[in-house]
Amino acid sequence: MSARLEVEDLSVGFRTRRGIVQALTQASVTVQPGELLLVVGESGSGKTVLAHALLRLLPRNVDVSGSVRLGDQDLLALSPAELRRTRGRRMALVPQSPASSLNPVRKLGGQLVEGARARGLSEAGARKRLRELLAELGLDLDVVGGRYVHQLSGGMQQRVVNAMALVGEPDIVIADEPTSGLDSDLVDTTAAQLREIVARGASLLVITHDLRLAARLGGRLALLYASRIVELGPTAAFFEAPAHPYGRELLRALPEREGKPIPGMSPQLTALPAHCAFADRCPDRFDRCSESVPELYPRPSGALARCFLHAER
Amino acid sequence: MLSAEAITKTYRAASGRVVAVDRASLVLERGARLGLVGPSGTGKSTLAQVLALLLAPDSGSVTIDGDRIGVWGVRCSRELRHRVQLVFQAPRMSVDPRLRLGDAILEPLAASGLLPGDAGERRALLGSWAAQVGLTADLLERFPHEVSEGQLQRACLARALVVRPRYLICDELSSMLDVSTQAALLETIAAVQREQALGVLLITHDRVLADTWCEATADVGELSVAGQRQDAPAAARERTSNFGRLRRRRTFRSV
Repeated sequence: MSARLEVEDLSVGFRTRRGIVQALTQASVTVQPGELLLVVGESGSGKTVLAHALLRLLPRNVDVSGSVRLGDQDLLALSPAELRRTRGRRMALVPQSPASSLNPVRKLGGQLVEGARARGLSEAGARKRLRELLAELGLDLDVVGGRYVHQLSGGMQQRVVNAMALVGEPDIVIADEPTSGLDSDLVDTTAAQLREIVARGASLLVITHDLRLAARLGGRLALLYASRIVELGPTAAFFEAPAHPYGRELLRALPEREGKPIPGMSPQLTALPAHCAFADRCPDRFDRCSESVPELYPRPSGALARCFLHAER
Repeated sequence: MLSAEAITKTYRAASGRVVAVDRASLVLERGARLGLVGPSGTGKSTLAQVLALLLAPDSGSVTIDGDRIGVWGVRCSRELRHRVQLVFQAPRMSVDPRLRLGDAILEPLAASGLLPGDAGERRALLGSWAAQVGLTADLLERFPHEVSEGQLQRACLARALVVRPRYLICDELSSMLDVSTQAALLETIAAVQREQALGVLLITHDRVLADTWCEATADVGELSVAGQRQDAPAAARERTSNFGRLRRRRTFRSV
């Protein structure tokens, strides 16, 4: 478990009836071994597309450019056979809804062992490994294995898919909206389990729209808006003083802060402007904002912000 | 006033009968904002469907502005059902995928024969609701799969409000949305609540949201007789079961 994930200039466009939907534009980010990266943004900002691009789960009507490297491997160039060996063993996904990603008509034991064997373990090795992983999460393979998915509580289902993601000892685990639809007790449990994944030495990429979960998890945070990373830096710094006006306005919309929505809506991904995509909704806009797309400018906090406010003038 | 008295609803399950709602009572005044919080599986959504006249309870009664409800679902008159509208958690599963957003918004009127015959009038009606929820004209021409979750939930809210309900029940309206969209939807609801004296019941996992947005918040357990300690003073029991009458009180913790 020690490979670095390097994403460079990753762009993803979907060819559709309405033209090219530009879902991700020139995203560059590095995740070190044992590091936690949160990918935060509203629906349609490109966060799930980023995860699916890393796992090569995108559909056929897609144009991908840029590069994704995990250690010495170029993920975008893998053949189907190499992909099968990589998924689960080097990269693993904690799916969005545990209940609907497990087979409802098979007992869990069979499914888990089969999944572990697909990651190259022997029957006995798979059982041993699963027993250990589940025990660490407070579950017993003999008990859980004899049940169907609907017989487990939401928290137990979450732990089962977490164990499944870890069974191949991946370099990086990607969790897609791990808490959507969970009540607050379960959010706490899930957050603790996610931190556990990092403590075991794997890198973790968490995709979420839940700002409170993000604040609790820490690590680093990438904020996406209209297909671009607009802010990238330490999570704590983001919640203390977001560098990008979008981040600042988003935090103001939290009910415990001001509950004030950002006026307007994010731009259509089929017709992204050739200038800052947030300019039309930004209270701080000035002439330059409607002229070109800003770079990511460094901030003293160590963060990067895609905003001309922070450009050297 | 929308009031529910001792609502009980059970479901059949392999292990026997599951009691989803046990003798729950609540009162929602017009123009009031009430929060209802509680963990998953405590019957919040079942209660919401009973209040919206979609699901008949096993026992108990619902009264809307003095009219006692005797039948539920399609057997109940449209006029009564229009008085209480429901916005669901998952917008994608709550719209007909074959309807454009504009048609989906007007569907409740079309289904009840209330749609204006004149095309210009229809457009104006749609335009005013679209503006109220913040949808642009080109989005109204799209199908659900061509818009984001947030945009679709805005359409679902317009669809609920288009019949001019007296009470709106939001069942986890925003748990799948980003905070800015959540704030925008709640701002729209608050405007209608003030202008049309809409009574709003906000069902959510998010205690912080309920406490900040609502005038009173109840835990789902407090609504039922079973959820109250029997040694609690009678007055306190009376108060929690009628929490909706206490307008300005912020929160009630479990007794």
